[in-house]
This record gives sequence, C-alpha cells and structure tokens, in this order.
Amino acid sequence: MLDPVHYGIWLVVVTAEIFSLACMIRGKALAEHFTILLYLCACLASEFGAHAVLTTSGYNSDAYYYFFFYSKSVLTICLYFVLMGLYSHVFSEMGAGKYIRAGAALILAGTAGISYYMVATSSEKLVTHFAVELDQNLYFVGVILTYLLWFAMSRLRENRTRVTQLVLSMGVYVSLSAGSYAINNLYPLLDRFWEYYFPITSMWLPLSWAYTFLKVPADTRLATAKVLAPTP
Amino acid sequence: MMASMIFVISFLALLQFFVSYTRSLIAESREHELSEQTREICGFTARTARADHFPRLLQLIDLCPENGGDGFKMRAVTVYFRMLSLASRLFRWLMVPSATGWIDSERGSCAYAAAVALDRRIAYNRTIMAQQAGQ
Repeated sequence: MLDPVHYGIWLVVVTAEIFSLACMIRGKALAEHFTILLYLCACLASEFGAHAVLTTSGYNSDAYYYFFFYSKSVLTICLYFVLMGLYSHVFSEMGAGKYIRAGAALILAGTAGISYYMVATSSEKLVTHFAVELDQNLYFVGVILTYLLWFAMSRLRENRTRVTQLVLSMGVYVSLSAGSYAINNLYPLLDRFWEYYFPITSMWLPLSWAYTFLKVPADTRLATAKVLAPTP
Repeated sequence: MMASMIFVISFLALLQFFVSYTRSLIAESREHELSEQTREICGFTARTARADHFPRLLQLIDLCPENGGDGFKMRAVTVYFRMLSLASRLFRWLMVPSATGWIDSERGSCAYAAAVALDRRIAYNRTIMAQQAGQ
C-alpha cells in the first residue's frame, strides 16, 4: 500500500502532467510540438503503471525497482524524440530534418550498446545495474545533444522565445537527471532519498512546458544574445 | 571514474542551462514599464531596481493573489537570485571585484522581474475588484 507522502507526490506529479497537457491545448501547440504530447502521454501511462505496481507490490519490491528504472529508460527514449522535434524546429529552414533523425537513431543505438558492453564486462553483471547505467548514459548523451542544439541556436541567431525556453528547460532537466543518476550510480545505498527525489524532479519538464505554452505567445521573439550569460 | 566525470560535466551544464533559462524568463520583464503606483510601493525611481529590494518584493507578491501562473517564474527567479547572492559572497571573499559588478546587476534584474510580477498582480486584482464592484 502507498503511504500518504508517496501518494501525495504521485498525485502532484500526475496533476502537473495533466496541467501541462491542458496548457498545450490552450496554447494551440499540439500539432507543432507533437513529440511533447507523446512524451507527456508516455509519462502519464508510466505514472499509472507505477501506481498499479506500487499498490500490488510496494516500494521495496523488485517489481517496482524494475518497473521504475525500465519505464525511466523508455521515457528517456521518448525524451530523445522531443529533442529531435526541437532540432527539427531549429533546422527546419535548412531542410536537414532526415539527417538529424538518422543521426539521433545512431547515437541512441550506440549509447545503449556501450552501456550494455560496460555492464556485461563488469564482474557483477546485474540487470538492474545495467538499467541505472543506461539511464545515466542516455541522459548524458541528452546533455551533449541539448548543448549542441543550444550552441547551434546561438550561432544561427534563433529568436523564437518558445523554442528557446523549451530547449533550455530540456537542458536543465537532462543535466539534472544525468548528474543525479551519476550520484545514484556512485552511492546506490541512498534508496530512501532517491525514491522521493526522482518523482519530485520529474515535475520540472511538465511545469516549465506549462509555463511556456501558457505565458509565451507563439509569435514572441527573444534574441539569444540577451539570454547568454556574458563573461564577467 | 566515468560516473564522477558525468556528474561534474552535468553539474556545469546544469548551471549554464539554468542561468540561461532564468535569464530568458527575466528578459521578458525588461520590456515592461512599471506603473507609477508600483514604483512608489517598491521605492523605485527609474527602470532599474536594486538587489536589496528583492526580499521585500517577494513578501509583497505573497500578499497578492496569483495572476494566472506566474508563480513558477517567480520560484525560478528566486532560486536564481539566491544562487547569485551565494556567488556574490564567494567572489567578495575571493576578492574578484569584476565578477561582483555583473552579479549585482543580475540581482537587480531579478528585483525588477519581481517588481513587474507585483505590478501585474496589482493590476489583475484591481480589474477583479472593479468587476465585482460593477456587479
């Protein structure tokens, strides 16, 4: 059974995701940012799946442990689709969409392959450890891809405020997650901390997207030079 | 070794993305001109704001009901302001005056963004009160 704190966190996360979907509909951004819609739906499915596993097996069960890390891996792959959607938006005028998609698929397959090799050659060979390592590496590749996108945007003088905020909020989330999984990998015994930490941090993307779709009109422009921190 | 390296790089990337994201939230406020009444309440005389106004502005914002979801923005700006305050103390201790000048101007921008949020909340509440009075 779920205790009140876990249930409260679960409820807040689901509410944030539904609120973000509602803001997307209100901001008329469903067709333009279809991959974000896909990601939010995958998040909701994962939350309801987690709830079903938790109520039947509990927090300390192997079933929940497997479900949590593997559903996170699937969500991270969905996050790659969001990132590719953002790449398509930025490079749409250059007609480079299909090269970006092919490149992203190669990077994703390469990351999964390297992660598997690293765990397969280690002495422990734990499947659960593979999941933590895979998440850490997938998020880290996400950090690099987001950074490259942000670098390209600053060079191309991309000025759509919505795209800028979506890319930057994505950068915050993937770097926060990659760092957190790296710490989790280094100190796996802090279980009690991570079971609260990961659901709370997962609210960042839905809330930042909700803000962008609700408060930033589609035609607003903002020069990236105003956003880049000058060298002190 | 690999996990430690990923942690360090991710932490640095997180800092840069968060600073840029918050600056994108603040940039929108710079275009907004404060009403005379809000300037009076805040104690501002021009379009610039002093960093030491920020805590008082947050208290005033808390007194006004939220105006359609600017709470998220104010939370992000508050985190950024606290990060800058911490960095300011660190650079003063390290005696790097060129960095503290930039940090103080950023903290001033945070205060201005807070004043704009307060201005919008006051205007929103006035509209609501006027509507209620008309009914």
